[in-house]
Amino acid sequence: MTITQVRDTSVQPNGGSGHGAPLLDVRGLTVDIAVPAGTLHAVSDVSFAVNPGETFCIVGESGCGKTITSLAVMRLLPKTARIAAQRILFEGRDLLGLSDKEILGLRGNRLGMIFQDPMTSLNPVFTIGNQLEEVYLRHRNSGRREARERAEFLLEKVGIQSPAMRLGQYPHQLSGGLRQRMMIAMTLMCEPALLIADEPTTALDVTVQAQILQLLKNLQREFRTALILITHDLGIVARMADRVAIMYAGRVVETGTSAEIFAAPQHPYTRGLLACIPVPGSQGKRLGSIPGIVPSLIGENEGCMFRNRCPYAGESCRHGEIALRELSPGRGYRCILEPGHAISEATREPATTASQATVQ
Amino acid sequence: MLRFVLRRLQIALLVAITVSIVGFSLLRASGDIALVLAGENAKPEEVVRISHAYGLDKPLYMQYLDWGAKALSGDLGRSLFTNEPVTGLILDRLPVTIYVAVPALVISLLIAVPLGVLAATRPNTWIDRAALSFAVTGSALPSFWLALMLIYLFGVMLRWLPISGSDSWWHFVMPWITVAIGVIPLQMRLTRTGMLDVLSSDFIRTARAKGLSAASVMFKHALRNAILPVVSVAAVSLGFLLGNSLVVESVFALNGVGMLAYQSILRLDFPVVQSIIVFISFCYIFLTLMSDVINAKLDPRIGLR
Ligand SMILES: Nc1ncnc2c1ncn2[C@@H]1O[C@H](COP(=O)(O)OP(=O)(O)OP(=O)(O)O)[C@@H](O)[C@H]1O
Ligand SMILES: [Mg+2]
Repeated sequence: MTITQVRDTSVQPNGGSGHGAPLLDVRGLTVDIAVPAGTLHAVSDVSFAVNPGETFCIVGESGCGKTITSLAVMRLLPKTARIAAQRILFEGRDLLGLSDKEILGLRGNRLGMIFQDPMTSLNPVFTIGNQLEEVYLRHRNSGRREARERAEFLLEKVGIQSPAMRLGQYPHQLSGGLRQRMMIAMTLMCEPALLIADEPTTALDVTVQAQILQLLKNLQREFRTALILITHDLGIVARMADRVAIMYAGRVVETGTSAEIFAAPQHPYTRGLLACIPVPGSQGKRLGSIPGIVPSLIGENEGCMFRNRCPYAGESCRHGEIALRELSPGRGYRCILEPGHAISEATREPATTASQATVQ
Repeated sequence: MLRFVLRRLQIALLVAITVSIVGFSLLRASGDIALVLAGENAKPEEVVRISHAYGLDKPLYMQYLDWGAKALSGDLGRSLFTNEPVTGLILDRLPVTIYVAVPALVISLLIAVPLGVLAATRPNTWIDRAALSFAVTGSALPSFWLALMLIYLFGVMLRWLPISGSDSWWHFVMPWITVAIGVIPLQMRLTRTGMLDVLSSDFIRTARAKGLSAASVMFKHALRNAILPVVSVAAVSLGFLLGNSLVVESVFALNGVGMLAYQSILRLDFPVVQSIIVFISFCYIFLTLMSDVINAKLDPRIGLR
């Protein structure tokens, strides 16, 4: 695919709030992974767009394909994975059409990624300073001095005292929270346009979680970076997201602005999730409290993937591919229920789901 | 770091003392030195006289202490046969042995490590399998047989290399190849396993996400983590090569420490054998300490423990 063709498609951006082209425009992303038992359809026909500077949350329970989706954007998928998409446009260029060398030039530079576990994501045998400076030296024509200054500047930005001393330390000398701050500083070294944070706080304890999220939010504003935040915590979504994609079994089942998703969820799965949000003060309930299990992603699947857990499921949910209903640009859901019908039902049914969840 | 080294030196000292005691006792149990010295047809009085002259009638622990005290002051005694000082005997032979072992180890590392990395980056491809077959073959070949084949091929048929002696470095090429082929397989497999292990870790994904080149990911981020066991085993291998050089030395007619040990054992030349045992154990101890220091340098988490 040539770049000129790519520019043609980018004229009609998908989703977003309407002004300007999105920073990242993913259309029809499908990732299949070869496993001993066959083909695992980790991600199927996923489309979303991220605008410059916004926070886009990808939400879903474990195994629904959040990490694979972000690794596909980074083109960091394992060798056993096969990727296909109509397009993955980033800053007007199709990432799928780039050479290995071109994609290396983007990673760490225009595209940054923070991983879930800060304890294992930094190389134990190099100093923090070395690992931070390395990105800068790789992508900028700069000397060590400049890289070191940049690193110190960013450590201050991520709220670390005595940066010069910290840069000389090794990862094992730092706590989990500090390490995640280091990771954030590292991804910001080259001021990427897009930062993907894959459950950046899941491995941290609760007080540290809140600090790291606040930090991400502040830095994102300051550096005007777009943020894809992957999480399975709807509380985080409510705090952070401009727009949201809900994923289930490798598919996006609902997208919309944060307000739309919370006020008028359309997909039965989204409504199930919202019913499971902990009420302040009560016992915490997380995703996955909806009864039933996710179907296996190995082999061919037909119909709606959620039907075995859906209170509204009927005969028509069994066959064919359920299309995404677009209500407006960037707002849609993947269900055969009519929008009005779904909303009227929403007031009653999720309560049932929630009570089932608590009984469970 | 200094504390770490000092602590290791203390342990090393204990090991050295233990080895020398065990060596001393075993050697004494293996034959009566007075009898050896006196000759087969000596009269009993003669044996007693010699026994007394050499202090062999004292209790064993006293003899050990006598030997230990002298050894500490640098006097390892004299050969019972040539009457030369043992220190000189060993130092004369040592260069040849070192000149076989050290370059051979360096050569094998230079081949084994890149090959192991290559195999790990392409697991279960033909490259990986070829490297594995090479490793299995290499470790299965007895070195004396390999040495003879090399002599036949390069020395007799092609006439490229001298087949015996130690006059020029050309003489060492075949010994190096023989030794290296024995060492490469283990080093290569260790590198491969270590790399495969490290390559699946999170920080490698981080390195890739930084846009680093494949070479930088492999040789900077992965290898430094994967190389630690290779360093440890290289140290042990070198100790082994220094202490077990007999086969190579005898096939290629090199006059090294292995030959000296062999001759001395046959002649029950007690002071020489005892000294070689202690010397080899010191080599092992020193090399292990070196590998620990190198590993502590490579991995900052090690020095602390
Ligand atoms: N390297 C791999 N080989 C085989 N299958 C994989 C691999 N990585 C992921 N998968 C499978 O792909 C699917 C999606 O995985 P993914 O890691 O994207 O889930 P996730 O939404 O990030 O979950 P989590 O919240 O647990 O991180 C899962 O079924 C998972 O088992
Ligand atoms: Mg994940």
